[in-house]
Amino acid sequence: METRRVVLRFPKHLLDKPITSQLVRQFDLDFNILRADITQESEGLLIMGLTGKKADLEKGLRWAREQGVEIQPLSKDVVRNEKACTHCGACINVCPTDALTIDLETREVVFNANRCIACELCVPACPFRAMEVAF
Amino acid sequence: MKEAFTVPKTYAEINERIRKGQAVVVTAEEMIDLVEEEGVKKAAEKVDVVTTGTFGPMCSSGAVLNTGHTTPRMKIAKAWLNDVPAYCGLAAVDLYVGVTEPQQDDPLNANHPGQFRYGGGHVIEDLIARKDVRLVAEAYGTDCYPRKQLDTWINVKTLNQAYLLNPRNSYQNYNVAVNLSTQRDIYTYMGVVKKDLGSASFCSAGQLSPLLNDPYYRTIGIGTRIFLAGAQGYVYWEGTQHSPSDARGENGVPKGGSGTLAVVGNLKDMDTEFFRGASMLGYGCTAAVGIGIPIPILDEEMARYTAVKDADIVAPVIDYSHNYGHNEGKPLGHVSYAALKSGSININGRDIPTTPLSSYRKAQQIAGILKEWITRGEFFIQEPVQLLPTPDTGQKFRPLKERPVSGGVA
Repeated sequence: METRRVVLRFPKHLLDKPITSQLVRQFDLDFNILRADITQESEGLLIMGLTGKKADLEKGLRWAREQGVEIQPLSKDVVRNEKACTHCGACINVCPTDALTIDLETREVVFNANRCIACELCVPACPFRAMEVAF
Repeated sequence: MKEAFTVPKTYAEINERIRKGQAVVVTAEEMIDLVEEEGVKKAAEKVDVVTTGTFGPMCSSGAVLNTGHTTPRMKIAKAWLNDVPAYCGLAAVDLYVGVTEPQQDDPLNANHPGQFRYGGGHVIEDLIARKDVRLVAEAYGTDCYPRKQLDTWINVKTLNQAYLLNPRNSYQNYNVAVNLSTQRDIYTYMGVVKKDLGSASFCSAGQLSPLLNDPYYRTIGIGTRIFLAGAQGYVYWEGTQHSPSDARGENGVPKGGSGTLAVVGNLKDMDTEFFRGASMLGYGCTAAVGIGIPIPILDEEMARYTAVKDADIVAPVIDYSHNYGHNEGKPLGHVSYAALKSGSININGRDIPTTPLSSYRKAQQIAGILKEWITRGEFFIQEPVQLLPTPDTGQKFRPLKERPVSGGVA
């Protein structure tokens, strides 16, 4: 099993087609939607993590491309500089996907990279510049 | 065999027990459980010292540096440390660098919200890290100080003196910042606060915070030895804006800001784990300072004070979109640190997610380190040489009453 985080762009004419649902059902994939939007150009934008067998993932993504969906891997990553982080929590309210949360037991700020959509809002919001963009 | 415990205890008795390695030291978190299990009286008999801790942005902080004299000598009139202006209105080669001073060419808020990537706090962090810092200086030249230009690397290791001299740290309690504007997120010294009551920022270690464990300043005063950014430092005065006569709850704990401390300590002994330059988006540069204060359990009253817990400490919720900036309005209410630390508070019937600015994790570490130092006999408690102004002085933090100058600018 493996997980890939991908950015899917749906042209306007595909917006009313159940492509995502077919993709996960036909190719036996699990999905975790990180972000869904309609852009200013009226195309659909979907950022999600897809989990499945490697072969199924590849077949599924190829099929979706054939339907006209534009697919890119989520290429940017936000990473945390562990030495710089003071575990204050100033970042948690700007994170739209709850990738940054406070563990109520340890009082540490937990960064769950799997939930991160690389929106980068935490980068300037961190007083200690502990959140960095890696390409 | 341990000596029989008696209360009240004196500073000298406690220090003697520290010297012998017999002192019983617990953190303010541990004291809560101990008092709950064994009662105030037993806890007072058993415990000698309770350690506290806090780590958060503290803007009124800075460092005094003496660089040593150049050859020929120079009376520095303007100076920059890594391009951050330092104050030079002191003797020839004495400088003061404040943590909120931005770099000379920083665009500030020209493109709001500004990033304020590097400032005085970062200079001090670099000094503590023993990194070289560039000193550029200018002077007008005198008969005794002829030199006019200087451009050199300096390092904390070779400075004559380098010490933190912070006019206001360790606020007893603090506001909770919310944003009533429905239009926009705001960028404050309390971080980004989301519009329409979208988030609530708070900045106190609550039950672990030094002055919340000694609400009437019975043991924390001028001369108190403290943990300051990893070194042993001292309280040298009441902090600026010290306001002991603010409203208090029935337990004596202030319901808002109230007391503050001015602290001093040797930069050369500090650790960047407990001093960090910070950049508050759209606000400016500052630094997060780690402070820990030992509280001697002289009697039952001190045992009771140091057992204070988050549920019994409240903070005022203030609108920072307008009311704070314009000195208007009243708090939207008071909420406990137990609620703030749970991740959500309720204001006007709405659940608002909370955002801490102060690191509770670091506060715990500091209280733990201080406990270790005292237990190992490396740190002794110091009785204040003078107490801080107490509530019965009636002292309050006053606003500036402006007396406009005719023909003036405002």
